[in-house]
Amino acid sequence: MQEGMSAPPARNSGLDEFLSVRELMTVHLVAVGKRRDREAFAALFRFFAPRLKSYFLRLGTPSRQAEDLVQETMLRIWDRAALYDPTRAQASTWVFTIARNLRLDALRGERHPEPESEEVIAAIPDQSDSADMLLESLQREDRVRAAMAELPREQIEILELSFFEDLAHGEIARRLNLPLGTVKSRIRRALQRLRGTME
Amino acid sequence: MSERLDASHHPSDATLLAYAAGQLSEGLSLVVATHLAWCAGCRESVDVAEVAGGVLLSQGSSAECGEALLAKTLQVLERRSAMSAVSEAKPAAGSPAVPELDLPEPLRGYIERLGRRSWGRLGPGIEQITLMRRTANGGTVRLLRVRPGMQLPRHGHGGVELALVLDGAYRDEIGRFARGDLADLDQETTHQPRADEREGCVCLIATEGRLRFDRRLLRLLQPVLGI
Repeated sequence: MQEGMSAPPARNSGLDEFLSVRELMTVHLVAVGKRRDREAFAALFRFFAPRLKSYFLRLGTPSRQAEDLVQETMLRIWDRAALYDPTRAQASTWVFTIARNLRLDALRGERHPEPESEEVIAAIPDQSDSADMLLESLQREDRVRAAMAELPREQIEILELSFFEDLAHGEIARRLNLPLGTVKSRIRRALQRLRGTME
Repeated sequence: MSERLDASHHPSDATLLAYAAGQLSEGLSLVVATHLAWCAGCRESVDVAEVAGGVLLSQGSSAECGEALLAKTLQVLERRSAMSAVSEAKPAAGSPAVPELDLPEPLRGYIERLGRRSWGRLGPGIEQITLMRRTANGGTVRLLRVRPGMQLPRHGHGGVELALVLDGAYRDEIGRFARGDLADLDQETTHQPRADEREGCVCLIATEGRLRFDRRLLRLLQPVLGI
């Protein structure tokens, strides 16, 4: 939709002419992690901050607190960028999980338990060809993005309600006036389609 | 890397999506995440859901966010000494409360942070350790250890219940649940689980909302038992 509008000028190269905005964000994130690059950080900020603010606002965070959360998310990105591994996830996915976890912490004082921490993953020696893995990770996300563009409107709607309105499937069913089973089967079909792109 | 189990009962896709979107309480998320540690298939579903979250975030609407906030954030960075990545303390191996169990992260860390606890008696042949009491939505998280062959009272669920078998097995109307299997139960299910005749069963159980017992006496005792 608005992709490209706030694309930052890439420093010392014409990289941005060849990369999509999302790829550029991944490059910036790696630059922050490896070189503590403040210009790359500012570029990430200009792209993600307005989107993060919208994410927090849509989830019912008051405006002032939403800005605080945006700032906290960006600072967390700075702090953890060294652990970011572009062969595992693209920047937007990684930033989303950070924002999600910070919001749970700020609003409910709760953590988001995960099967393996990034510290543990970072400690595993990398034996595979990381260029291949990077390409694979980029392509994987492209395929998910393409599959999402083709999901029926009714399935995308439920994904959006889940991610942006914090509605559990019971509440989604009430909001859309649908039987719970219908909501659950739409979720199942949507995830099936997206999983199908991973093969 | 942790052990892989070929589980035959998994969280529903709706539950996996809710976990990825950050909708579940910490307790329910803990049960899902522990299953994920064992189940590559469900991890893939969560991965793909998180990619979808990133796509929706980056393609979604923008809210006015001025350069002032960027300047403020950069100032904070300047003020702080150039610090490296925050790292969480890594828990030591072994879990004091349940030394006989081999548990994956994140559950192991939760149990270790709890410190030494002993099993408390909940009923005949049933013992528990409470991991989290009264989560934000009024739920609890507990470890339940049931003696071989012991049958639990029939009950339904006022809200959601996720139960993950950590050791041994149980059987109910839905089927047999062994190590790594997760029962994703909602308001519509009532069940009467019976622990395996030989091994008994240890489960991790998170609830939101109260259990509904068929027997009046149990309902009266709920506050006392803390279930």
